[in-house]
Amino acid sequence: MESLYLLVPVSVVLVVLIGGVFWFALHSGQFDDLDRPGREILDDDDKP
Amino acid sequence: MTQSLAATVEPRAVPAAVPACFHCGLPVPQAGAFRVTVLGRPREMCCAGCEAVARTIVDAGFESYYETRDSAQEGGLRPADLPPPEIYDDPLAQAQFVAPVGEHGREALLMLEGIRCSACVWLNERYLRQLPGVSAISINYATRRAQVTWDSRVIKLGQIISAVRSLGYDAYPFEPTRQLARDEKERRSSLWRLFVAGFGAMQVMMYAFPRYIDDAGTLSAEAEQVMRWASLVLTLPVILFACGPFFSSARADLRARRLGIDVPVSLGILAGFAASAWATLSGGGEVYFDSITMLVFLLLASRSMELSARRAATARLDHLARWMPSFATRLRSGDGEAERIAAHELRPGDRVLVAPGETVPADGLVVAGSSSADESLLTGESRAVEKGAGAQLIGGSVNIAQPLEMQVTRAGMETQAAAIGRLIERAAAGKPRLVESADRIAHVLTWVVLAAAGATLLGWALVEPSRAFWASVAVLMVTCPCALGLAAPIALTSATAALARRGIVLTRAQAVESMVGLTDVVLDKTGTLTEGKPGLAHFDALGKMAYEDCLALAQALESGSRHPVAGALLALPRAAQPRQPRHLTHFPGSGIEATIDGMRTRVGTLQFVREMAGELPGLPDARAHQSPVFLGTDEGWLARFLFEDRLRPEASGLVEGLRASGLQVHLLSGDDPGVVREVAGVLGLASCQGGVSPQDKHDYVKRLQAQGRRVCVIGDGLNDAPVLAQADVSIAMGQGAALAQQQADLVLLSGKLHGVLEAGRISRSAMAAIRQNFAWALAYNCVALPAAALGLIGPWEAAIGMAASSFVVVLNSARLAAALRK
Repeated sequence: MESLYLLVPVSVVLVVLIGGVFWFALHSGQFDDLDRPGREILDDDDKP
Repeated sequence: MTQSLAATVEPRAVPAAVPACFHCGLPVPQAGAFRVTVLGRPREMCCAGCEAVARTIVDAGFESYYETRDSAQEGGLRPADLPPPEIYDDPLAQAQFVAPVGEHGREALLMLEGIRCSACVWLNERYLRQLPGVSAISINYATRRAQVTWDSRVIKLGQIISAVRSLGYDAYPFEPTRQLARDEKERRSSLWRLFVAGFGAMQVMMYAFPRYIDDAGTLSAEAEQVMRWASLVLTLPVILFACGPFFSSARADLRARRLGIDVPVSLGILAGFAASAWATLSGGGEVYFDSITMLVFLLLASRSMELSARRAATARLDHLARWMPSFATRLRSGDGEAERIAAHELRPGDRVLVAPGETVPADGLVVAGSSSADESLLTGESRAVEKGAGAQLIGGSVNIAQPLEMQVTRAGMETQAAAIGRLIERAAAGKPRLVESADRIAHVLTWVVLAAAGATLLGWALVEPSRAFWASVAVLMVTCPCALGLAAPIALTSATAALARRGIVLTRAQAVESMVGLTDVVLDKTGTLTEGKPGLAHFDALGKMAYEDCLALAQALESGSRHPVAGALLALPRAAQPRQPRHLTHFPGSGIEATIDGMRTRVGTLQFVREMAGELPGLPDARAHQSPVFLGTDEGWLARFLFEDRLRPEASGLVEGLRASGLQVHLLSGDDPGVVREVAGVLGLASCQGGVSPQDKHDYVKRLQAQGRRVCVIGDGLNDAPVLAQADVSIAMGQGAALAQQQADLVLLSGKLHGVLEAGRISRSAMAAIRQNFAWALAYNCVALPAAALGLIGPWEAAIGMAASSFVVVLNSARLAAALRK
């Protein structure tokens, strides 16, 4: 049970970190265009 | 090259004899004239423009574009028709839309035209990226915007734009409006709130879970206290940030001294949080952080669903408002030099060049060139309309085939598109009565909820004080006037958008409700059942000359006349070789005389032509509603043209459709009673009256209404304003400048009568969905409120129940939107 005293605070910190990552992704435009990435896989990219 | 998974998309099928251009899909006029080897096979092209574009794409090594594209590049832009790209290099102009990056770097947002699929995006991105000096490019497929960064020492913006054009697309600087920027910001922040609430709710649930499954009492009090603290820490951002919209709307309501639907929800959230926080701090009592965060998450989710459903429905209406291009190519009045100017600088009288694929920037007349235009945005008619010299061009339509030169007649706020935009705004500002009454019910319900919460608190305090607080919080959470608030807006927006797609503009929201439950339809004749302008009904040759030659003579004589019948004559297909009249003389009220090919010729009334041509040979008399035009020379009679206001082709379909839906149809007209009876006979209408004044029509409708009937009036919207105002629903045929003064509830931009039947169908399904939503929301609340007050529902069940009731309403409205989109 003692491990909870460490694990619970760690989980809170993790939540904050993950939230921060999402915030960064959102504000760098990751979710602005949801149509294209799915199609992009069909485009050849291996030419110079 | 690797073989792509997607099959090569061949251009649209054309009749077998004519091969289709591999690039743009148009028929190839001369096989073998233009050819490019693409994907290992020679391909036919229709013109030098397509050949050049295809060669550019192949030479740059982007052949696979042809494998992954969705459709042929139909109506692609041809660089030669566009203004020179160097105009964008002007430093003064660039100050508007170019931002410096470092010393020599420049960055700009470009709007791309001609993007149809992600293959187009891929092609543009790759091609531009390999240009020397372009350091970064990214294209957003959804918004068709490209962000380009370049080194101003190596390349100029004009060169980048001409590179885009060499691929068959066009690019021009994009200046975001304030509205767009705000929408973008709002979308991001609502997504962020949803994430905070959702992630917080999940994690808090994890901390709450051990307590729920701990039957054996193995969870120590200290461990539970740790998890309560962790829950409190993670609930804080949900309350402080994610709940922002609820709290601010509740605060605004309270400040305005009224009760909105967000007040009880906010109260429930705050009370629940405060009590749970106190329990955590003092180390005793119940905590419900999990229920609170879940409630917030589910509420935010249902609201963002509502928002996206409305966005989807309004995307088209937005398009209506924003369809005007921001740039236009004006021909300078002095030297005829093309210059690119902002579209709002256009003035009536300006000459404008409209390249194929470009949007017409203002209303006007074609001066030179002939092409076809896509007016589907305005009229819902998907077939292209032929446009020759003298034809009307509507701002917002798209020029398809050839370059056109036009003269602006109305620009800016005066255009038809702007008038339609104002009509739509008028509709958006109003609410049907049913929705207003729902708002009142929601208001009353809010009071009921607060009173019930108070009563629950008191009641339980007397019976079992320990349960009093949470039972009343459950009452606050479970009742959802939100569902009532959401019941109508999405359904109404979807109906408005569905109508707009069919070329029907709703100008008063009330009409959607009134269209349901009609009993009678009163039709006007002129301009409604008929086309409203004379058309050629009959031709009698009186001399040796055939129809074509007579028409050429008559058209030559009438070419300068403004008489309506002259307009009808001139609207007939023109003769191949126009005649040149000399000594043209107008005799007002009689006709026109001129010398053509050495012969004195007259066109006009019987009396006027008889003076020159002598006695008329025996002819059957013209019918009452036909206007005759005679043609003769000093050697004898030539012809008689009979004009009449013809019935629209879909008139009888309309009458049948109205009858099939159980409506009684009346025909009222100011025209000669004989003519009206004849039309009524053709359409099979028993109830008809001719020779009635606008006042008579008004009284007629009033009499019907006095018998308890609900009347829809369909007119041309101008001459029958009083009767339109008296009707329960008024529908008008809307065209031209008259749009601006339009007072009818519904306007048929397409000029197609069956729009009336469509409008009826759409209104019925929209009202049905709204009624279902109301019924559900009321039924839910009637069951949930007593249950919560009696303590049968705990806070977490209340949270789920409330969110579910909103979801049902949103989903039902989305179902309607999907059904109407077909």
